[in-house]
Amino acid sequence: MSSERTPLIQVENLRKYFPVKGTNPFEKKKYVQAVESVSCTIYRGETLGIVGESGCGKTTFGRTVLRLYEPTSGRIVYDGVPIYDSEKKISVNMLPYRRKMQIIFQDPSASLDPRMTVGEIVGEALDIHRLCRGKKERAERINELLNKVGLNTEHANRFPHEFSGGQQQRVGIARALAVDPEFIVCDEPISALDVSIQSQVVNMLEDLQNENHLTYLFIAHDISVVRHISNRIGVMYLGQMVELADSYELCSQPVHPYTKTLLSAVPLPDPVKSRARQRILLEGEIPSPLNPPKGCRFHTRCPYATDRCREETPQLREQAPGHFVACHL
Amino acid sequence: MAVYVIKRIVVSIMTLLLIMCITFLLMNAIPGSPFLTEKSTPEMIERANAKYGLDKPLYVQLFNYVKNYARGDLGTSLKMQEGTSVSTILFGQGKFELSIKLGVISLLLAVVVGIPLGCIAAYNRGKWVDGFLRVMTTVGVAVPTFVLAGLLLIGFAVNLHWLPTKSNSLPDFKSYVMPVISLSFYYTCYVAKLTRTSMLDAINQDYIRTARAKGVKTRMLILKHALRNSLIPVITYLGPVMAGIITGSFVVESTFSIPGLGKYFVQSVLNRDYPVIMATTVILSALVIFMNLVVDIAYKIVDPRITLTGKED
Repeated sequence: MSSERTPLIQVENLRKYFPVKGTNPFEKKKYVQAVESVSCTIYRGETLGIVGESGCGKTTFGRTVLRLYEPTSGRIVYDGVPIYDSEKKISVNMLPYRRKMQIIFQDPSASLDPRMTVGEIVGEALDIHRLCRGKKERAERINELLNKVGLNTEHANRFPHEFSGGQQQRVGIARALAVDPEFIVCDEPISALDVSIQSQVVNMLEDLQNENHLTYLFIAHDISVVRHISNRIGVMYLGQMVELADSYELCSQPVHPYTKTLLSAVPLPDPVKSRARQRILLEGEIPSPLNPPKGCRFHTRCPYATDRCREETPQLREQAPGHFVACHL
Repeated sequence: MAVYVIKRIVVSIMTLLLIMCITFLLMNAIPGSPFLTEKSTPEMIERANAKYGLDKPLYVQLFNYVKNYARGDLGTSLKMQEGTSVSTILFGQGKFELSIKLGVISLLLAVVVGIPLGCIAAYNRGKWVDGFLRVMTTVGVAVPTFVLAGLLLIGFAVNLHWLPTKSNSLPDFKSYVMPVISLSFYYTCYVAKLTRTSMLDAINQDYIRTARAKGVKTRMLILKHALRNSLIPVITYLGPVMAGIITGSFVVESTFSIPGLGKYFVQSVLNRDYPVIMATTVILSALVIFMNLVVDIAYKIVDPRITLTGKED
């Protein structure tokens, strides 16, 4: 990673609530608090990993940053320009930013339009942003993109269902790369893939990052994958960022009890070590984001919870240089 | 493609033959005779039967039908305007064209209005537009044609005098309005409902989100990605609708005094007018078969994944 760290994206107090359709029209409208006051900075050229269990708001966070979901409140700054600010009522037209910010989705087969050929899927973005002059240049560019992700020229005329899952994800990546973006949200890009293909795709993503100077927001539930690819890792729990640190530091010296629990659940390749290790098991289920617990959202399952945790919401504070934790302890 | 169409035409002819056999057997299974009236004596019936070849064994009669149809001869009516040829009854004085014209215009209206309404409803899901359209389409599907036709007549023709009560042979634009609306309203509403449901399904797909991430504008998103992926159920529905719209025109045609084909479907059966029954059934079946072929080809256009020959893939 480069030594000078210029922020590419700054997110401040980002919230995304989804209204829940109630059966009783007179009842107060309920909201799922999918993302609750998340702040973080993504530096140019880095990979920020986001981990957390299912339903913790990782995906919503990624999509809201791109404004594929309209944020409920907060502030998003891209390269010094605010693209969303709920207080100053800024909400820019996203079209020019769609060129710079792209996303790779989790389920490759569902995220490609089944009625379009791969060439059309990749080429559509080129047309929208008018990146190619003439048919020949367009065809060449599609070709180049497909080759970049390890597909052949003749694949352009095929339909998504004719590909395997790994190849479909490659199409998804080629599609994201078509506009030559600076920033890509990788929304669990490998969790739908076979284990044998996962590493191929991860390595390809790394190579592409080096070639094209990309910045990634890498979302996954598997901390071992995130640790491999990320410079820094953020841990989310129930819509909030609970810990954010350099990936080596986060894995070697986790501070937040939830991070410790996550790390203790990572399978170890060595069975002897694996047996010797003490696994931290959490009590109970993850609380409903419809009605999150007061105070620290983790207190219902935290083995160290005190009265203060039950009352007061901990803020994300820098405990050591570059190591942010939201915990009273 | 050409091979596929030829294959389908061959199969269609076989289907038509089968339909002829079944129709022939069924209409002969109905008790009664075209010549049976209060005044007729057994000798008269026998004479008439001999005249029209109805005394011959059934298989000979059926064979004669097939032979004549192959030559394009639909036979002679036994009852209605006795002695005139069936083709004159059905196609003469532009009856067939009239029914087809009415049917095709109604069908087009159902498609051109129904699909956009469905899109609008799906796109504004849960808002008042959607609510309004949902109520309207539900009412439209529930109200019978004769009620709607009657209401239109009372409102626009009797009270307001804007439109003529009798449409006759559809001489001008005004005469089209009410028959077309009464005939197509049900189908428009049904198409809108179908489109809405399958659009909602398509809108929530991941690839719609992908398209948004690419920066596709909302209008293109709906037209190019969502609609194309949700048209299959609508197209499937349109094939049988074509037949329904032509037979269903009986009520509309009689309400608005249009001398179309509709009433012959009913009268021929009541009169045991065998050649007319056969002709109307075959024409209608041919129409349905043809529409199904059109639908299958339309599938291919809408969904390139479908291969018509079944050999590729």
